[in-house]
Amino acid sequence: MAVAAAVHPAPHEEHPTSTGLSSRKMLFWAFLGSECMFFGSLIATYLVYRGRDTVGPHPHEVLNIPFTSFSAFVLLMSSLTMVLALAACQHGDRRGTAGWLAATALLGMTFVGGQCYEFTHFFYDGLKLQGNLFGCTFYVLTGFHGTHVTIGVIWLWTLFTLAIRGKLPQEKSLDVEIAGLYWHFVDVVWIAIFTLIYLIQ
Amino acid sequence: MTDHQHSTDRHPAEHAHPKGKEYLAIAVVLTVITAVEVAVFYIPAMHPVLVPVLLTLSTLKFALVAMFYMHLKFDHRLFSWLFVLPISLAVLVIIALMKLFGVF
Repeated sequence: MAVAAAVHPAPHEEHPTSTGLSSRKMLFWAFLGSECMFFGSLIATYLVYRGRDTVGPHPHEVLNIPFTSFSAFVLLMSSLTMVLALAACQHGDRRGTAGWLAATALLGMTFVGGQCYEFTHFFYDGLKLQGNLFGCTFYVLTGFHGTHVTIGVIWLWTLFTLAIRGKLPQEKSLDVEIAGLYWHFVDVVWIAIFTLIYLIQ
Repeated sequence: MTDHQHSTDRHPAEHAHPKGKEYLAIAVVLTVITAVEVAVFYIPAMHPVLVPVLLTLSTLKFALVAMFYMHLKFDHRLFSWLFVLPISLAVLVIIALMKLFGVF
């Protein structure tokens, strides 16, 4: 008892940790920290080369602010549905967990679909990966973000499948919480990209 | 399953997460801020202060999502440090590279 009181085991941990915090959650926050550096380097590259193109198309000629604003709204709302999925799982609401996870995945797919439409449109407007500095830095930055969203969508559908099979009980809410951390992270990265690339041209 | 393995058990330094209504309120605030950002972009009179206003608003959105949806406001402070320190380093790298390449 004395040992158990001194080292409080984190939820869902097979063994107690020296901090009393979940090792998985700690590891995932460290991973998100490394992701900050990754996206930071891509954003820095975009900002350093912005406005140095000798040939077009330039950002103001192709970027569609109303369309991207809607995409940003969709991703923000997916963060709401994600956190509601976690709350449902923590309360043992199996149907709620599955429903909110599906809603989050569908909103994520809407965002990725919008990005595919946007990229196709830009391509036909002459913006190519190897065409100019803007095209190269823009596609690499937003493409990596879109890839992260796609991975998140696959992760969410996997959790949805587990939830409808009854394999995502209240005791496994940490699984949903960690997926949620990843999902909110791609949302905050888009908050930065939307402002720095789309609105500040 | 023992009591301390139950999902509702939290570390002493952690607090209970918000309820659904609070999450909804945050979503409304985030939507309003996004609408203001887009409005600021289209108002010519705002263009002299466009950059500081947009950076402030997006930082506010970022903080709201991190604090309430990622639960950094309620979880152990160590998680906040694991996130804030790399972000600060990334921002410093961005500023240093922009300065180095003569952006400002």
